[in-house]
Amino acid sequence: MVEKKRTTAPVTGVGRRKVITGLAAVGGAAVGSRLLPGYVPYIQAQSSEPIRVGFQVHRTGIGAAYGRWYDRTTIAAAQAINDAGGINGRPLEIVAEDDGTDPKRGAEVVEKFATQHGCDIAFGTLFSHVVIGSAPRAGELKIPYFVVSEGHHVASGGLNRYTLQPGITDVKSQVIAMAPWVASNLGKKVTMIFPDFAFGYDHRDNFAEAIKAQGGEVIETVAVPPTESAFFKYFPKIPKETEVLYHVMVGPAVLTFVKEMGEFYGANRPELFGFIDSLEAVDLNSPGLEFLDGSYFWEGHPRYAGDNPSAFELNYREKVGVDLNGASRNDPKDVATYSHMFGCWETLHIVKAGMEAAGYQGPADRAKLVEAVEAMTDMPESEAHPQGAKVFNGKTHQAFGHQNITKVGDGKLSVVHRTSIEDGLYPDEVDYTTQAL
Amino acid sequence: MEFGPHLLLASLEGAVAAAVLALTALGLSLVFGVMRVVNVAHGEFFMLGAVLAWWFANLVVGNPALGFIIALVGAPLVVGVMALIADRLVLRRLHYDPEATIVATIGMLYILQQLALTFYGPDARPVVAPINFRVNFPWFGYSGYKFIVIAAAVVLMLGVWLLLARTKIGLIMRATQYDREMAQAFGIPVQRVYAGVFALGAMLAAVAAVLIVPIQQAHYLMGQDPLLLSFIVVIIGGLGSLRGTVVAAIFIGMSDGIISVFFSPTLAKILATLLVAMVLVYRPAGLFGARTA
Amino acid sequence: MNGMVLDRALALHLGVVALLFVLQFILPAYHHGIVARVLVLASFALGYNILFGYTGLLSLGHALFFGAGIYGTGLVMREFGWPASAALFSGILSAVTVSLIVGFLALRTVGVAFMIVTLMFAQAGYLTSLYFNEFTRGDEGFVLQQATRVIGPFDLSEPTTRYFAALLLFAIGLLIKLALVRSSTGRVLVSIRENEERSRMLGYNPFRYKLLALVVSGAFAGAAGAMYGLLFGYVGATFVTIQYSIFPLLWVLLGGAGTVLGPLVGTLFMFYLVDLTSGFTTASLLVVGVSLVVLILWFPKGLLGTVRQRVLPWLP
Repeated sequence: MVEKKRTTAPVTGVGRRKVITGLAAVGGAAVGSRLLPGYVPYIQAQSSEPIRVGFQVHRTGIGAAYGRWYDRTTIAAAQAINDAGGINGRPLEIVAEDDGTDPKRGAEVVEKFATQHGCDIAFGTLFSHVVIGSAPRAGELKIPYFVVSEGHHVASGGLNRYTLQPGITDVKSQVIAMAPWVASNLGKKVTMIFPDFAFGYDHRDNFAEAIKAQGGEVIETVAVPPTESAFFKYFPKIPKETEVLYHVMVGPAVLTFVKEMGEFYGANRPELFGFIDSLEAVDLNSPGLEFLDGSYFWEGHPRYAGDNPSAFELNYREKVGVDLNGASRNDPKDVATYSHMFGCWETLHIVKAGMEAAGYQGPADRAKLVEAVEAMTDMPESEAHPQGAKVFNGKTHQAFGHQNITKVGDGKLSVVHRTSIEDGLYPDEVDYTTQAL
Repeated sequence: MEFGPHLLLASLEGAVAAAVLALTALGLSLVFGVMRVVNVAHGEFFMLGAVLAWWFANLVVGNPALGFIIALVGAPLVVGVMALIADRLVLRRLHYDPEATIVATIGMLYILQQLALTFYGPDARPVVAPINFRVNFPWFGYSGYKFIVIAAAVVLMLGVWLLLARTKIGLIMRATQYDREMAQAFGIPVQRVYAGVFALGAMLAAVAAVLIVPIQQAHYLMGQDPLLLSFIVVIIGGLGSLRGTVVAAIFIGMSDGIISVFFSPTLAKILATLLVAMVLVYRPAGLFGARTA
Repeated sequence: MNGMVLDRALALHLGVVALLFVLQFILPAYHHGIVARVLVLASFALGYNILFGYTGLLSLGHALFFGAGIYGTGLVMREFGWPASAALFSGILSAVTVSLIVGFLALRTVGVAFMIVTLMFAQAGYLTSLYFNEFTRGDEGFVLQQATRVIGPFDLSEPTTRYFAALLLFAIGLLIKLALVRSSTGRVLVSIRENEERSRMLGYNPFRYKLLALVVSGAFAGAAGAMYGLLFGYVGATFVTIQYSIFPLLWVLLGGAGTVLGPLVGTLFMFYLVDLTSGFTTASLLVVGVSLVVLILWFPKGLLGTVRQRVLPWLP
């Protein structure tokens, strides 16, 4: 047993910049200064003080596997931005706090960033209940809160003007973009199996509608209770006439799920279409996963670089310390949460662009930052956007990008289809710009 | 799927769940029954068993069966030693006070979880089953290893029963459970009995986890469900009744599986949970208990 | 107990409330917000202590009552557009109703069986909150929009108002509890804890008193849940998980079971323990765990419980 966290940290020079609570804040800043050439805390003029980004990270709790990679990607992105001259010449400083993958603690952490650590913005976090639990406090404290969650909560209109998701496509858009391909290539009679979680409902509700538009239908839905660690007894609920089995399990029990599915069906399975969320941070060559051979996955950002990776892609992989197979460069068994973590990289670059556009000086300019990001539209593929081009909708605070469908074969995932951005667009459900700042 | 095969499948799943649960709960039943300690960290001993199984199994490359056997012996031993240490350093000093030990074992739960997170990591990792074959029923396939789990659990439980019913150690343990003061008066080293019981309880949880880890994966948060279910089993079975514990485990495992045939999954869980609660409401002493503590 | 002792105790509690009132003007912004949170949660623990510390019933299902409060408030606001004041009432009423039903069934059992029955009911409640995801949005939960979290002229999302609302809840809870434990009813509760049979022989109906204790503590939990939703704007299934049944038990045991102020001390202590350790180490759970173990070795009756035992025997 080794502590992988340390041995594989992608940017070893940066380490874990953290700021201690209360009185120790100055000490923490001093730690940061060691890593940021030219920075002396509270002495130099305003213009060279670091921009402090409060980073809400799943260090413990059920999201810890994601949190570890979000952490690495964020540190790498901050390093890349600082190496290129920072934001308006000011370095970026990451102030990380564990949210325990818990909505209550998440909200407290956002408060801590705003009122104790003196952060300019809050950022991070994947699990949607943490986002939804934290967002009200961010709105009340008027601190811009950039989330990398892929939940539909932002675009659904349930949150507020200060909460934005500019770096990753939401699940509704992903699902809508996938449906036509599934209907025309895999089959029209779909059974969905998903966790009895809001994340699952987003799939259930949006996919059912989208597949109907393609002349297909969802013939059965199986919502598995989240307390479950064995799945076999639910497979009989899948109707025999099912052509496509659509699965989006999450959490530590997903390997069990796939293995048991293999035992249940053997060679006689329907087509399988899954969201890679089931296998994020899981080695595709783990025992029991042979069953997935020939099945299909949605991937936000393909784990395997394929034959023609772009220069941006290669640069990003190098910076975050991931090899061409989507695993850590230091440990090929340490697989990344590759389809989500790019959102951290891209979001921090958007923050940089937004702050520079707004002429951001300090917390007094937070509203200007929100407006500057709302004004963004096209984000072309670049070093800042290695996953691909995106379109940002300033009214719904949500970005839309390309999605990938990959096929499992030879122990890897190969892209068979890449959707256009238009495939995933849907009518606005909210206009946040009408809310007060 | 037709009703008959579906019921067969659910019963098989229920039996596997019951087998593992019975072992885990047996451990808790001893600790709770003999020491009257509500060990909130019992699930973490289960988790440690699984995590250590992964570690032991990976010591041997190329031969999963050998790795598994090493894990089956090694993991419970390590967990047993850790339980002995916890008993000596903490529980004994608290004089096994029922309330203080709740806080102390919650503390242990945090400690063990963090140790697992730090040294093992947040990922769920699989252990290869020692024997891998698929049993083909006409309607569905089934993992052959699951039958081995049931068999192994039965053998282990028989062993525990022999230990308690047929050996001097068992006699001493039962005497201590029945009346601590009296046992002490008769020269039984109660503290050593307690330490032994605590270790044995933890080891039973660990061995159950080793058996299950080729089916489920080792993960640092996997301890909660076994903890809750074991508690329920121990109480439903009736405090201090090993036979009751086993029957209750079968009852809970099977009802969970079979109710899932008739209802949507989450509704089935709700109903299974309420069923168990109502059993206790109408039989407060449990199925086999003479009296409650 | 003589008159002077009683006055001393009352003065202490009023003093604590006054201190908390004054703190509002002194605390830095972050701690100001945190103390408001802690006061709401401590109210939850206060109620739990009535059942556990004074009546001797260990429930592992109080998340159900907290959840009934927060959902009873949140759902009527979200689905029916009720104003916050009515919703607060609805939250408390939901918790009272649920605790009455649970009480009638669970109080047929005692001891460990009671523990498990309450646990099972709470688990069923948690799963129910997922099952009706159409309304609850399951684990993800939903936001109570800032504009709706207003009672009369008071905007509950505004820091000062929030602090006062939390303090008000806590102060009312504290005084009700103090009055209860010093009343004849309170003494009956303690006598049930010490010896149920004897109190029965003295002519009291233990079931009725235990049900009272359960419903009162359920109402406390519900009020705390409702208030938590209103003050912090989020409702989700996390508040019905087993954790929220164990937390009040832990807070009460840490502070001292059967002491009126113990729950506040325990809640504060636990909060800052987590908050401070997560600030300087990534292995915060380890520090929290070790602290709990060490603390309980030194203070086996909880902080105030041990203080009462050794120094201040008059502490209620």
